[in-house]
Amino acid sequence: MEYHFNTLHDFMVYTKGVVYILILAILIGFVAFWSFLNGRDPDRKPE
Amino acid sequence: MSSEHATAHKPVMSPFTIVAGIVLILGALVTVLRFTGGLAATTNLSDYNPWGLWIGFDLLVGVALAAGGFVTSAAVYIFGMKRYHSAVRPAILTGFLGYALVVFALHYDVGQPWRLPYPFIVQSGTTSLLFEVGACVALYLTVLFIEFTPAPLEWLGFKRVRNLVVKLTMLLTILGVILSTLHQSSLGALFLIAPSKLHPLWYSGYLPVFFFVSAIIAGLSMVIFEGGLAHKYFHDKMDETHLREKEDVAFGFAKAAAWVLAGYFSIKVIGVAVDNNWSYLATGYGAWFLVELLGFVALPCFLYAVAVRDHNMSLVKYTAGWTVLGIVVNRLNVSLVAFNWHLPSSERYFPHWMEIVISLFIVTIGVLVFRFIVTRMPIMHEHPDYHGEH
Repeated sequence: MEYHFNTLHDFMVYTKGVVYILILAILIGFVAFWSFLNGRDPDRKPE
Repeated sequence: MSSEHATAHKPVMSPFTIVAGIVLILGALVTVLRFTGGLAATTNLSDYNPWGLWIGFDLLVGVALAAGGFVTSAAVYIFGMKRYHSAVRPAILTGFLGYALVVFALHYDVGQPWRLPYPFIVQSGTTSLLFEVGACVALYLTVLFIEFTPAPLEWLGFKRVRNLVVKLTMLLTILGVILSTLHQSSLGALFLIAPSKLHPLWYSGYLPVFFFVSAIIAGLSMVIFEGGLAHKYFHDKMDETHLREKEDVAFGFAKAAAWVLAGYFSIKVIGVAVDNNWSYLATGYGAWFLVELLGFVALPCFLYAVAVRDHNMSLVKYTAGWTVLGIVVNRLNVSLVAFNWHLPSSERYFPHWMEIVISLFIVTIGVLVFRFIVTRMPIMHEHPDYHGEH
């Protein structure tokens, strides 16, 4: 994980890049978690 | 509710009474020492560590765990989730007692407690975060007191005043949400002033967001946890509505807590990524950070979800207790464990035994006052004169 940065711009590009990838994974994860959470919910109306 | 029969045969000297009595006596003795000998006589506080257990536990944990009041009243009155109505009064009572005890504890921690109102009259500006926290806590304690008053007013038979206060419910709920949002986040923001003192894994520009979101989790879990305990010890004080809605409240709040925990986990990971703090995870502090993040955030998130899916009530209760413990761990990590992390161990803070006694003393007072009120006032049952009114 150790990465050498020469400028603040380098640092921002690197960290923002990681955060964008994480947010994408989180958004997909939220959909999966929501369906897991409501998987056997007896209150849920049939579609 | 034949509570007279149920309580008539209870022994006066139960183990709880004995332990509570010992804690109260010890607490009273240490209180005398604190106010005659000062902070140096009873605490390990120093110029390096001006905030100790009384701030880390009594204030930060106390305020977070008292968040159930605004969370529950917002769900019921603002979002219209009337099926959780029976949880409002116990949650408001816990919130009111929590904040009252926070202010009580501050009298021990502040060197000159008679100066507590100073932020309102002698101060250098209103842009201070500590002023914001002080103002919000004072105002919110007042709001919680007014929100709580219908119960004692019903108990005392003051119908007219009670009806007037009930009409203010929506206004008070909105005020409660605004004030809680402000000061829960500001408590985290207080640590933004010390970027070099707080360990990078806990320090983040998002600390106010972390504190606010985790306070919602604390509030939801505290309502479930306290509901479980109340069902065990005050079963005879509950009416049919409370007993019927008990499971609905627990599963509804557990589902909400699972969802908020998932969001909290995500923003905590983003917090590490934004500051590129990944390398610290391989250190000792990193291991402890992972214990907090995986053991007290990801694990309860998963357990709540499993409990809701399987309709497992006991798992919900245990998970709520574990999550409450997680909030305690988080607040102590930020204020004590990860604070001044670069100092040599000889300069690090560990609470004096008298500080621990005072913290236990304050918690015991809270439990005893809660018990006094619940056994007398209409908190877990409706007053017969106001059936179906509130």
